[in-house]
Parts: sequence; structure tokens; C-alpha cells
Amino acid sequence: MATIATTGNKGKGIRSDCHVTLEIRQSGGIEIQLVSKVKAMYGDSILRLCNEIFRFYNISDASLLLEDSGALELVIAARLEAAIRQLTGNTKEYLPEFLPQNNYQTARDRDRFSRLYLPGNSPSLMINAGIHKPNGIILDLEDAVAVSKKAEARFLVRNALRSLDFYGAERMVRINQVPAGLADLDYIIPHNVNLVLVPKCESAEQLKLVNENIEKIKKEKGIGGNVWLMPIIESALGVLKALEIATSPNVVSVAIGLEDYTADLGTRRTNEGNESFFARSMVVNACKAAGVQAIDSVFSDIADMEALKQTVLRSKALGFDGMGCIHPRQIRVIHDNFAPDEAEIDKAKKIVNAFIEATEKGLGVVSLGTKMIDPPVVKRAQHTINLAVSMGKLNADWRNEFLTV
Amino acid sequence: MSKYDKLTTNAIGRVVPQIINGKEAVPYLGVGKFRPTGRKYAPLISTCADYPEDGNKVTGSIREALEKCGLKDGMTISTHHHFRNGDLVGNQVFDAAAELGVKNLTWAPSASFECHSPLIKYLEDGTIHHIEGSMNGALGKFTTEGGMLGMGILRSHGGRYQAIQDGDLHVDIAVIAAPTADAFGNATGDRGPAACGLLGFALADSQYADKVIVVTDNLVPFPCVPWQIHGNYVDHVVVLDRVGIPEKIVSGTTEITKSPDRLLLAELTAQFCDETGIVRDGFSFQAGAGGTALSIGIYFAEMLRKRGMKARFARGGSNKYLVKMLEEGLVDYILDGQTFDLEGVRSMRENPGHLNTSPFTSYNYHGKGNFASMVDVVILGATEVDINFNANVVTHSDGYLLHGIGGWMNCLFSKCVILPIPLFRDRMPVIRDQVTTICGPGELIDVIVTERGIAINPLRTDLIDKLKGSSLPIKSIHQLKEEAERICGKPSLPVLSDEFIAAIKWVDGTVIDAVRKVII
Repeated sequence: MATIATTGNKGKGIRSDCHVTLEIRQSGGIEIQLVSKVKAMYGDSILRLCNEIFRFYNISDASLLLEDSGALELVIAARLEAAIRQLTGNTKEYLPEFLPQNNYQTARDRDRFSRLYLPGNSPSLMINAGIHKPNGIILDLEDAVAVSKKAEARFLVRNALRSLDFYGAERMVRINQVPAGLADLDYIIPHNVNLVLVPKCESAEQLKLVNENIEKIKKEKGIGGNVWLMPIIESALGVLKALEIATSPNVVSVAIGLEDYTADLGTRRTNEGNESFFARSMVVNACKAAGVQAIDSVFSDIADMEALKQTVLRSKALGFDGMGCIHPRQIRVIHDNFAPDEAEIDKAKKIVNAFIEATEKGLGVVSLGTKMIDPPVVKRAQHTINLAVSMGKLNADWRNEFLTV
Repeated sequence: MSKYDKLTTNAIGRVVPQIINGKEAVPYLGVGKFRPTGRKYAPLISTCADYPEDGNKVTGSIREALEKCGLKDGMTISTHHHFRNGDLVGNQVFDAAAELGVKNLTWAPSASFECHSPLIKYLEDGTIHHIEGSMNGALGKFTTEGGMLGMGILRSHGGRYQAIQDGDLHVDIAVIAAPTADAFGNATGDRGPAACGLLGFALADSQYADKVIVVTDNLVPFPCVPWQIHGNYVDHVVVLDRVGIPEKIVSGTTEITKSPDRLLLAELTAQFCDETGIVRDGFSFQAGAGGTALSIGIYFAEMLRKRGMKARFARGGSNKYLVKMLEEGLVDYILDGQTFDLEGVRSMRENPGHLNTSPFTSYNYHGKGNFASMVDVVILGATEVDINFNANVVTHSDGYLLHGIGGWMNCLFSKCVILPIPLFRDRMPVIRDQVTTICGPGELIDVIVTERGIAINPLRTDLIDKLKGSSLPIKSIHQLKEEAERICGKPSLPVLSDEFIAAIKWVDGTVIDAVRKVII
């Protein structure tokens, strides 16, 4: 077994992270060399934390070089734990405090307009993610983490789930592709993850495995609550299996990943999206048939807000309920354009009002002017009103205003 | 001579010396409390009999000019930062002084930059005794580690004008680098290969220094028009091949930010100004050159455009975004103190509404008013703010001198002072129990905007009232401090030595704080 382990990141452009070089020795006690830009403020507390972790793992002889670029405690702890467990094979977990404000569940049908992807091994991007108010925050263990960093990223993601404030965003993790990704679940399920993204999903069988593993961990740890699934369809086969995927237990929404899908087709992704029209329509249809949300792929040009807006409008027109984002600035554009517009809200107000009036009068048939209104139209209008209220585009007591006009 | 003597506690509770580099200094008394009497400093009387009638004051080299000015031990030489990090003149002045073997000089730059790091060797060998100006980067490190023979003195742009005008800072020889000049000494910054816009920081030196040298790489036949610096103040003109590096004169930091966190700060700040009624037809503003401040300007422009309104004037460093507002008719005037990019330089040449100002017009506290206090809102930065809204811009939280004061102190007199700052930088909380160095008293700082909430100074009940029922995240400064400490942990105070290495002068020349040597 190796005697030296390195974890974390350092160098130019690295912020809020640290790099650990750890050697476990036979004698000589604990030697810690701390290089840190925040040494004057946190030097003592960093040393205290490291010593506590060594004691926790019963390590009494080691040499540690900690090169710190302003990492929070949860990051330092994750990096050091990763190094220690790599060298010792110990499986004990050094868990930082679980913030009480992170202890919430999410509803099956909550808004999922935006979900912000964050690389699972980059702490600097995680710390402020919640303040940009995405509907969901995804800590990504899959494509955004280099293969050599997969193991240490799990500790960081676990600690982030426990100790970083998500400010009410749905707490999501994208695991690695099943079956390898099943091992990721141990690091996230006990820490109140709300939703697990299952990448490159091609069958209900894969989701069954995920569900079984989640249940097993929940039972072992004695935890309740729902863990929702959002499978991502990223292949031709996945598209054809969209219905069985969308109807699997605990699935609340299905996303489409177009980079891999277009590669699978042997074609190229364009802004117009003709090459993925079939796949997107398939996913939307499967989702609507299954009663779950359809979520569109990310838009990758983070500088072009106008093109993003057009993509969102097309996406909404196809029937999608949300979209991924890779930059916080995309969140507002996505929310604003998935949200019902003024004309939609006005029309919905008239329809819902007509429905309420008809019900009050005991009429079985709803009509607006000379037009009959079918129940699904009323249902859709009510959904529009609910959305407008939840996004602050309409007052909850809109009917009072509406009636006095 | 000891660096300092006679320690006392000033009106803001900081221990400061009353003797600095052998000279008396008044401890800070409070805002507007120090009322100097007497007359301003008067420069020597000159006579045309001593100057060439043909107006040709060209001299062979900087060294020759310094000799003709009678450079000797213990004198004060001033230079200016119009070329920012592209300055090629400051270092040459002290190379020449060192060749001449003079010692114990005081260097009085309007600001120092990283390009002046080579001067450390002259601070080490005693050519330069101390700096009165700003000490950034490597010079800051050198000073804070106790390397300087004398005590450093940091002043604001307005404070520098005040100090020279009042005689607190006597300049023996001013060396003014100019992008264009004539042989008589008339000089301008708005044209020439090293065009930098204006030369306002050298105004006081030209008026009050005993001797004035203009250094240019673009000598034009008399008259040099416009003459931002009057040749009538100038003793000698030196022509060099190059006085500045153009791409470093217009600094690259003047792009709007792409950081989502900083954009959020800008957005919150703009929304704050909107909801409090600050953004209205005919308002005025000043935003610095940082990415966040620039973005706030863009939000202001959007609001004005949408509502068909315009601002009366914008103060401060000009840049392409401000020029665009001027040319689009969204602001009537730019009252420019320094030009941050080539668009600003062009606009100053071409637009009658783009005016060249100086620390005298904008910032001098010992004048009959100044422009800074007339500005409706100013957007500034800070390295630290304490729970009484006192703020620091010069030192890092580990005690190291980091930045100059610039116009920061002077701008605090604006009608509304807003500091948009991240609640913590990496793991360094910005809101502290006490700041490492006080540069601005809290009574002048109105609003702290962070990404996690906005704190309004309790003294500003008017602003607090205006925001009742607002959707903005208004919190107390204590709440913000606690929030930062919950995330980062509670920071220790830096352990510094008892020895002082620099003094911070308030806008009226009193000593508001002193910086201690760090323990290495």
C-alpha cells in the first residue's frame, strides 16, 4: 500500500480549495505544515481541525502538507479524509455538522424550471450557488469530475450536502452511470439528497437498481423521506425506452442530454435542434403520458443570453417544463421565459374565473363569452395561475383585483 | 530621528503618533472638527529674468534637470500615476538621483504601482528615506515588514492636494510626465503616444513645488493645446524616447464583470438605488473602475434609457461605458478625474461634455466646497468593514498594506455612499468586529451591499424608511457578520507588532490611523 496520498487542488485560479499531501509514518508524531492565505485568521482553527481528524482516525504519526487557498472547514475535512482513507483503507466517516436549514423534503411536482450543474470537485462554485436561486442545485459526480478525482469528489459532495446552505433549492446529485454509479449512493443518500440524477439511462431496469440501493441505504440508516429520480436520456436506445423510464417508481421528471444523444446518432448539435426534434418530442410525450416533468438539455453558450432565450421559448413550445443550466446567469432567463407571459396569465385568469363562477352557480358547463371551455383547458389555466403566483408575477388574491376591474 | 513619537488615542479610538518623521501631526478629531487657521503654503517667487525669453526650457536629461533644480540630500521629489502601471519615468528619476549620490529623499507619488517595485533598492540603500503617497504590492509588503527608514504616509487624492496646499507636504522638485508638451512646459495628457487623458494629479505640484520638471516623449511646437499644465509653472522640460507603455496605461481591469456573484451585487445595488429614489431625472453618480462598479453603471444606463431620463453628471474615472452614456445622451457631463481607457481619452478630446477635473475641484477638503459632496450616490469598494460601518481600503486582513486610498476617502462625502462587497472573499469575511485599519469613519458610510443581504447604516433612517416593504434582503450589519462567520468560522485578529510603519491621513490632514509592522 502507498504511504503518500495527495488530494484536492492547488495552483493558479484555484480558490476556496486546498491540496493535501499526506504521508503516514511509523513514528515521529504528527507534523503539519500549513501554507495558507488565511493563516493569520484561521491558522489555529485549521490546525485544530486537522489534529482532530487525525485523532478520529487514530493516526499518531504522519506528515501533512496542507496548501490552502481559503477552503472552508468542510472542504479541508473532505480532502484530509479522502487522503487518510486512501492510505489506510479505513471506512469510518468524519462527518461535518448537518445544517438544520438543509433538512427539507421536496414535493413530487414542485417547479423544476432550472437546475444548476456544479462540478462535484470544485468547492469555489458551490459556496454561492444557492444565492442565485435556481430551483435545483446539482452536485455532479459524473462528467464534470475527472476520473482520477472521482473518489475524493464523493467526500466533498457529501460534506457539501451536510454543511453548505442550499437556500431552499432542491438538493440534487448526479451519480455516475449505473452500475458503477450505485456506489455513489452511499455517500449521498444518508445526507438528505432530494433527487438523484441517473445519467445515460436506457432502461427501467437501471432505475430499479437505483431504487433498490436507495431503499437498502435508507433502511440501514433508518431514514425516511422521498428520494426522487431524474433519469437523463442520452442515447437513441434511451429515447425509444422513454415511456418505461418515465413510468418507473420515484421518477418525477425525465431530462434529455443532447450532447451524448447527437453523438450517438452520429450527427452534430445545432441551435435550431432539428436533429433532436424526434428525441425531444418522444421524451416530452413519454413524460406527459407518465404524468412527470420533461426537462430539456443544457444550453452551452453562457455568453449568449438571447440565443438561450430563443431556446427556452422553443423548449416551452415543445412541452418541456424546465431546462438545465451551467452558469448562474442563465437561471433568470430560464425562469422568465418558462414562466407564463402576460397574455397567457390574462387568458388563464378569465378561464379560471369563469370556472369558479360556473361552479358557484351550480352550472355543469363552463363558458367564456360564447365559447364552451373543456375541463383540460380549465386545468391548464389553473396550472398557469399557480405558476404565475409562485413566481411573483401574480398576486395570490388576484381574483379580488380581477373582479373589481 | 525616530520614525514617530508621542503616541495618543484619536477621536475614533485608534492609537496614532503625533510626531511623524520629525514633524508634528494632528490626531484625527472627527468629521469636520479640525479647523486650520492661517494662510496656505506659498511657493517661491520666480522672475522671468532667470528663464529664457524664447521659452525654450528643454534640458538634456532627467539627471541634468535634477542637478539644475539643486537636488540635494533630504529633499522631496514628487511623481504622478497618470500612466498607472505603464509609468517609465518614476524609476528613472530615482536612478538619476542615486547616480548623483543623494540620500534621504522623500518620494511623494500621487500613487505607486507594481511597476515601481524596482525602487525598493533605493529604499534599502537610503537614497529614499520614506514614501508619502501610496504603498501597493511589493512596496506595501516591504513597508509593512518594516523595511522603510522613515514612516510611510498614505493620503487620499484630495488629501494630497490639501497637504501640498497647506504646506504639510512640501515638494522640492515635481517631475510631471506628460504625453504631450511644448518647450515652454505647457503639457497635456489627452494626446500623444502615451495619451492618458488628463494630468490632474500633478496640478498641486505644478502650483506649489519649488521646482517643476516636465518629461515628455512628444514635444510639439509652442503652444501645446490644451495646456492642462501651465508652462508658467515649469522650470525644465526633458524629452525622452518613451514616457509610458500605452497598453499598461489603460488598465485591463476596466471590463464589466462576468462573475455571477459580482453581477448579483451590481444588480442589488442598482435595485437599491432605484427603490430609494436615487436614480431619477437629473441625478449624479460616481462609480469606480472595478468590474462590479462598471456593471452598476450599466444598470443605471438601462433604467435611464427605459424611462427616458438622464443623469446630470457622472464623476470619476471615465471608461467606454460612461462615454457611451454621454454620447447616447443619458448623462449631460462627465467630470473626469482619471481616464481608464482609450475611449475615455478620445471622448475627452472630442466631447465638450467630457471635462477634465482635478483633486482641487473634486476632492480638496480645505477649499470652498468640492464636487464630491454634491454627488447623489457613489459606489466604492473596501477590504473590511466593521460593525460600526468603519471601513478599511489600505490593508489586507493579515495587516499588509495592499492598496492606496485613491479618491476613496474624499468620495465618502457623497449624499449616499454604497459599498457593494462580497460577504467573504474565499474564506475572508469582510465584516469584522474591528477593521485592521480605519480609512473611513462609519458615520459617512451608508450602505453595505453583499450577495447575502444589504445593511443600512442606522443613522440613515431616511433610507430605512424608504425601503419598508421592499423585497430587497435588508439585514443588520450584525446579522451579516454572523452569517459570514457561520460559513467561514470566526476569524482571529492578526497578531501585529507594536511598531508603527505608516500613518493614514484623513482628508483634512489629521491622522486617522497608523499601520503596524507585521510579525514575519
